[in-house]
Amino acid sequence: MPKLLWREPVGTATGPRVVTLGAVAGRESGGLVVLLVAVGILALVSNEFLTGGNLSNLARQVAIFGIIAVGELLVILTAGIDLSVGSVLALSGAVTAQLLVAGVPVPLAIGVGIAVGVVLGLVNGMLVTRLKLPPFIATLGMLGIARGIVLVITDAKTVQGSGLPQGFQTIANGTVLGVPNLLIIAAGVTAAAWFVLTRTVFGRYVYAVGSNPESARLAGVPVRTVTVSVYAISGLLAGLGGVLLTSRLGAGIPTAGTGFELNAIAACVIGGASLFGAKGSALGAATGALIMGVLNNGGNLLAINAFYLQIAIGVLIIVAVAFDQWNTRAAARSG
Amino acid sequence: MSAAPLTSSAPVLDLKGVSKSFGPVRALTDVSLRLLSGEVHCLAGENGAGKSTLIRVLTGALRRDGGDYEIAGEPVVAPTPASMRAAGVQAVYQELSLLPHLSVAENLFMGRLPARRGLLDRRGLRTRAREALDGVGLAAVDPDTVVERLPAATRQLVEIAKVLTAESVKVIVFDEPTTALTEEESARLLDHIRRLRDGGVAVLYVTHRLEEMFEIGDRVTVLRDGGLSESGPMSDYDEDRLITAMVGREVTSLYPESPSAQTQGDAGVPVLRVRGLRRTADAPSVDLDVRAGEIVGLGGLLGSGRSELLLSIFGADPISTGEIQIDGRMVKPSGPRSMMEAGVGLLTEDRKELGLLPELSIRENVTIASLRAGSRRGLLPGRDLAEEADRLLDSLRLRAGSYDQPVSTLSGGNQQKVLLARWLLTRPKVLLFDEPTKGIDVGAKGELYTVIGDLARQGLGIVVVSSYLPELLGLADRVLVLRDGAIAGELGSGASEEDVLRLASSASTDPAGTDEEGATHA
Repeated sequence: MPKLLWREPVGTATGPRVVTLGAVAGRESGGLVVLLVAVGILALVSNEFLTGGNLSNLARQVAIFGIIAVGELLVILTAGIDLSVGSVLALSGAVTAQLLVAGVPVPLAIGVGIAVGVVLGLVNGMLVTRLKLPPFIATLGMLGIARGIVLVITDAKTVQGSGLPQGFQTIANGTVLGVPNLLIIAAGVTAAAWFVLTRTVFGRYVYAVGSNPESARLAGVPVRTVTVSVYAISGLLAGLGGVLLTSRLGAGIPTAGTGFELNAIAACVIGGASLFGAKGSALGAATGALIMGVLNNGGNLLAINAFYLQIAIGVLIIVAVAFDQWNTRAAARSG
Repeated sequence: MSAAPLTSSAPVLDLKGVSKSFGPVRALTDVSLRLLSGEVHCLAGENGAGKSTLIRVLTGALRRDGGDYEIAGEPVVAPTPASMRAAGVQAVYQELSLLPHLSVAENLFMGRLPARRGLLDRRGLRTRAREALDGVGLAAVDPDTVVERLPAATRQLVEIAKVLTAESVKVIVFDEPTTALTEEESARLLDHIRRLRDGGVAVLYVTHRLEEMFEIGDRVTVLRDGGLSESGPMSDYDEDRLITAMVGREVTSLYPESPSAQTQGDAGVPVLRVRGLRRTADAPSVDLDVRAGEIVGLGGLLGSGRSELLLSIFGADPISTGEIQIDGRMVKPSGPRSMMEAGVGLLTEDRKELGLLPELSIRENVTIASLRAGSRRGLLPGRDLAEEADRLLDSLRLRAGSYDQPVSTLSGGNQQKVLLARWLLTRPKVLLFDEPTKGIDVGAKGELYTVIGDLARQGLGIVVVSSYLPELLGLADRVLVLRDGAIAGELGSGASEEDVLRLASSASTDPAGTDEEGATHA
């Protein structure tokens, strides 16, 4: 069929545009500013902050947490939420550790550990799309189930055996050209998520589902598939995080990852994601994770009471969202 | 209710030279409006002409920048919605303001629920709600009914009942009250408004439906581009003059020339062929043929199953049995996606809930349905698709600052153009329109009609559902009238509004009288 143009196009989109920081740097701009300010202040007041040792330490602390946050972001973009990531992380890590203790080859143990995360993610997705459970409820249930399973299979004891294989421990503790492996993996995950969200059809569908699932369905978007996929990816990244944490600590800790889900959500929100869906970016989630890491790290360096840091991060979340609300209203006013 | 005497000549509400700006944009410039008690005053103007702004200034939702505002001779200094309500200015909004999960009674008295020391006076609430409902002829509605269970027309009346329970009712603003109503329901609503007027209330009536203005209006004020275009007694106007005042130019005929499909391709296979479609096992079976280049209208009352039929054909609602052929090829209606790929597009009635992706940009909204077809290995399609989308939007005369801005910033008519562009980009063979001009102003309506006519001429098969009979008859080559989910009859292009109404309502006005069908058909 020929092009469906039946009359001369008339360019109508020529009106003036208000250029804002957000328009240039995207929605993570607020987060970037906060991050730069925090880094700047710490560099000034602490001699240790900018040392290689501290930075790679910071990178190791933030990396796993950043990976989880990116997975959480995908779910949040569809206006969902995944509360199970912390428990799934613990289960994947413990399963991997147990397999390694049992003498299973490293690649297989890693594969099974990650697969556990994917399967639990798929179950979350099915509960949301097939049983129509609210994501909050479905993943709250999974939070308890996965944590319970890991406590049962480990008998609530650290899985270490006579020490995990050295090759496995190197994954999270090694470096390439002085850059911690964990940082490379986290950067890779963030870049991959950024690519998927901005350059692929699937990525656009994720935003469409978060914007309005019924409209998306009527525009031919496979809403169920997209929804199940984001929970599976979140599970996959939680599984990966669990494997990496086990590698870093050289042991499977059944209580690992407690409260990670809330930190991951906080990172997304600080990075500009909206819990109502369709707003946020992979870079923003990574930035949010970095901000929280930098604050914790700086607090340690300056010997600030960790309890005050919790207050600071709480305030930051509220300020970030309040600022975003204010920005949205300002944009609406300027038309 | 402290209504003014019936024949007072002093205005109840008097706006003089009111202006309002939003940043650099002047929404209202030097607008004056006088409402007299016992009179229905119509407010006309295209979308964006400033009607909503004026209403919001009137009801205290917005503070005016300049000009005078008097209620019953008293100057209004710092209006708030609460103070204006207390002063007797009430409004019934187009977007219903009822809380869907609460009961009718709770909604009627929300904000001033009868209570004793914080405890809800349930019996008092019921009695007062009963009175309020009886006052608008809703004797059959139980005050305990949850609002979301009520049909749209009833909710509209509940809304009016709510307004009438106010302490003081001097002025009532009706903002597009009949948008969601059928002709018959609209007529009943207009009766109510007449009764209010005769009771001494000053009514400001805002509608896109011109014939309603002539039916009910005593006086009309026309806004254009934020300024006062004209104002005068309704009897000075006819439809053409009113439209001219609204758009500032002559509009010869709103509806396109009939593309006369009959002469074009009645020999060809129908581009859409529906056989034995049943939504549920015991639902009536529907057959439908649409030829290339033909515009088929679907008429019927609200709830007669028109929208549902479109959704079923599009695969968005499950069906029990039936087959659908597109361009001679059988399509399994497994979902919107398969119908879309077969060449069907659906523009839904509820653009906000079933169409737009508000957070996404205009361009992203247009391309969303074509991404997969244009994608290689899952990557987003390149510039080509975006450029084609831009060209389509340009040719639809979309008015936007930039195609990168969120689609939610557009007016109703422009949002409809975005959705139309979305489907045109998929190169459809059949387009289904559900109430295509709902909430769209006269100028954009005319444009949309032209586009629909052009598309038919290009060889698309088009189905239009409309509750607005002049539109249905003006646009369609033939009209199928639905009643209780079944096709009650077919009318040619020469049919009258009465013909449609008779087919649509003969059973529902007399549920027992199915044997009269033969008589009404004759």
